[in-house]
Amino acid sequence: MKSLLLVAVGVGTLAAITGAAWLMRPTVDEQFAQCTGSAVAGGDIGGPFELVSETGETVTDADVITKPSLVYFGYTFCPDVCPLDSARNAEAIYLLEEQGVDAQAVFISVDPQRDTPEVVRDFTDVFHDDMIGLTGSEEQVAAASRAYRTYYRAEPADDPYYLVDHSTQTYLVLPEHGFVEFFRREATAEQIAQTTACFSAAAG
Amino acid sequence: MKHILSVAVLAGLPSLAMAHEFTAGDLTIDHPFIFESAPTAMAGGGYMAITNTGDTADRLVAARADFPRVELHRSFEEDGVMRMAEQEDGIEIPAGETVTLEPGGLHVMFMGLNGDPFEIGEEIPVTLTFEEAGEVEVIFNVEARMGEGMDHSGHGDMDHSGHGN
Repeated sequence: MKSLLLVAVGVGTLAAITGAAWLMRPTVDEQFAQCTGSAVAGGDIGGPFELVSETGETVTDADVITKPSLVYFGYTFCPDVCPLDSARNAEAIYLLEEQGVDAQAVFISVDPQRDTPEVVRDFTDVFHDDMIGLTGSEEQVAAASRAYRTYYRAEPADDPYYLVDHSTQTYLVLPEHGFVEFFRREATAEQIAQTTACFSAAAG
Repeated sequence: MKHILSVAVLAGLPSLAMAHEFTAGDLTIDHPFIFESAPTAMAGGGYMAITNTGDTADRLVAARADFPRVELHRSFEEDGVMRMAEQEDGIEIPAGETVTLEPGGLHVMFMGLNGDPFEIGEEIPVTLTFEEAGEVEVIFNVEARMGEGMDHSGHGDMDHSGHGN
């Protein structure tokens, strides 16, 4: 297992991010054991952040993560994958609502230059009235991305239509417990809803 | 221009309220659509399926519309990171095959919406240029992102497995 970790980290920066995300999932508490596919040790993803809300106020993770949250990092100029993943996450929230589970989706911009509070508000409203959009200063966004070990890299911004490469995993974050699970792009709304419901119930 | 034949047919898929298609020579362009966008959105993606019933390959080389920039793009995932790249050589439509521009993969990227977002029900005229079939004028329908009465069966028809090809 140790050598596996070394290999994963050695493969390259990007692979390492993915590999690390897998291998560094938090120690699975007994209470969540039935919700997760495999018990893995170590690591800390997530934690405190300070960002700017849809209304322009500075908010912290404590203000935002008040219920089970599906956290995704993206940018609104992305017309294809970010809306697709956001729609999937919103769909998971709708499914959870049908089951009486109170959860929310959170979209954190990695393109603070173009994504003003108004833009992330409008973007998230398309998917779910309660989807939270967050942006911030370059530093705030970089710090939040670092905390969650996501990757992003913008093309040179001399072109107003610049694109941003970014990682696309969705994190399940619980109040008090913090990050507990992540989902790849391939995960369906049903799978995400099911896992989220399980963690939510286990968290009590 | 003359060779446009527009036929509206009802689609069985819940997310496709109304399918429509256009033909040009051996090509059939099925159901071009764009998802609604937020009022402040700066870009949007267009999707369609292009079928080539002929014996020779064709190539979609450009899309033109009333926006500052329109490009053919592909989203693809590499080591867990999502990238988009302009398809500078266009998109090949092999003989006898259907190439689908769909969420998470190939798309027409409309840039510079400049405060004029895509609204549900809008029809966006787009000129597609093919190497063989020439210019074809089509209409992209603007559709709801989160469909009314969405059956919550997920996005099976927008499978994520297509990217990376």
